[in-house]
Amino acid sequence: MYFPISHSHINPIYLVVTGFVVGVLGGFFGVGGSFIAGPALRAMGLDWNFAVGTDLAHIVGKSVVAAKRHRALGNVDLRLGLIMTIGTIGGAELGAQLIQALKRAGNVNFIVSVVSIAAYLSISAFMLWESWRTLAKSNRSKLRKRSGTATIKADQSAFMHVTKALQQLRIWPMIHLPTSGVTISFWIIVLVSFIGGLFSGFLGGGAGYIRMPSLVYVLGIPTHLAVGTDLFEIIISAGYGTFTHAIKGNVDILIALVMHTGAAIGAQIGAIATQYFAGPKIRLAFVPLPLIGAAIVIYTLLSGHKL
Amino acid sequence: MIATRKREARRTLRAFVVELVLYGLLVTAYFFGVLLFLGPRLVQLETQHIRIYAVVAILLILGQAVLLEAITTGLLRLLRGGRSE
Repeated sequence: MYFPISHSHINPIYLVVTGFVVGVLGGFFGVGGSFIAGPALRAMGLDWNFAVGTDLAHIVGKSVVAAKRHRALGNVDLRLGLIMTIGTIGGAELGAQLIQALKRAGNVNFIVSVVSIAAYLSISAFMLWESWRTLAKSNRSKLRKRSGTATIKADQSAFMHVTKALQQLRIWPMIHLPTSGVTISFWIIVLVSFIGGLFSGFLGGGAGYIRMPSLVYVLGIPTHLAVGTDLFEIIISAGYGTFTHAIKGNVDILIALVMHTGAAIGAQIGAIATQYFAGPKIRLAFVPLPLIGAAIVIYTLLSGHKL
Repeated sequence: MIATRKREARRTLRAFVVELVLYGLLVTAYFFGVLLFLGPRLVQLETQHIRIYAVVAILLILGQAVLLEAITTGLLRLLRGGRSE
């Protein structure tokens, strides 16, 4: 099929299947999936600028479907999502400005690659450690519960002591989030969303790989709610990214629309599947995703080729 | 108990396959109908009015998302006798 905006020939079935796979991952983990969809578009011969811009447009559509489904399942904290918008947009703009500054300095590719590898590896290592410890602790608790000495919580975390300490920081104004069952300072929410936005603007995509773990570990949001709320936030950050890329001529919306037909159904399946897994198991299954992103960047850096 | 679960899983899988087939037919019709009709207009917009193109691009992807979400949810409900999951 010929796509006249980017002047490219791409098999629509390939686009639908790629969209479907990224949709399932996005619905289940609350990520945009740019680390898979971007290289997949590039592999079909699309220029890198079109791959990034078009992927963002497709992420907006997929995240709307997945977030709507999560909302129906009660997994979106709308109040938290709306407050986070402030930091997300500010961070995304600063990230984009940093990229422009690095472009002028002439070392953008190397610095972005090193930062992304460090970020992906740290997130994976931390989440592996935390979810493994939580699951081990939960198993021990279950054994003790059977002997009648303890009870287990619905969504435990081995990092909970740090989260609790952050929640006890009384920096005015304090925000009560009844859906998540959390009361926390407005400024901590803005800081978390700002960092997510910064990564989104700096490394591209929706930055769900950093925002979803931050929601769980820093704000103390239950994993299912973090996945749904992160998807809501991705709509904002990827929507903003789509607009700025589109006015630079980097978006082939026809490709995004075709990809999204697969993503729409994949996102629904992924979102429904979260209901069958406990929070720590979702977090443990999340671990390979940033590693895939890191592997792609390392390959690009070492070979000098873009995938 | 296990037999009931297996029966339920088989029913869900069958409904999902039927949904995929119906969805595939709808999407194929969509490719040839909407995209071929929209293509030339969007190219013209992209070359002549890039800002309007950016707004239209976001509106199109949002519109398609809402539409497809409604279709897939409707199909799921229809195939599972009024239940969405």
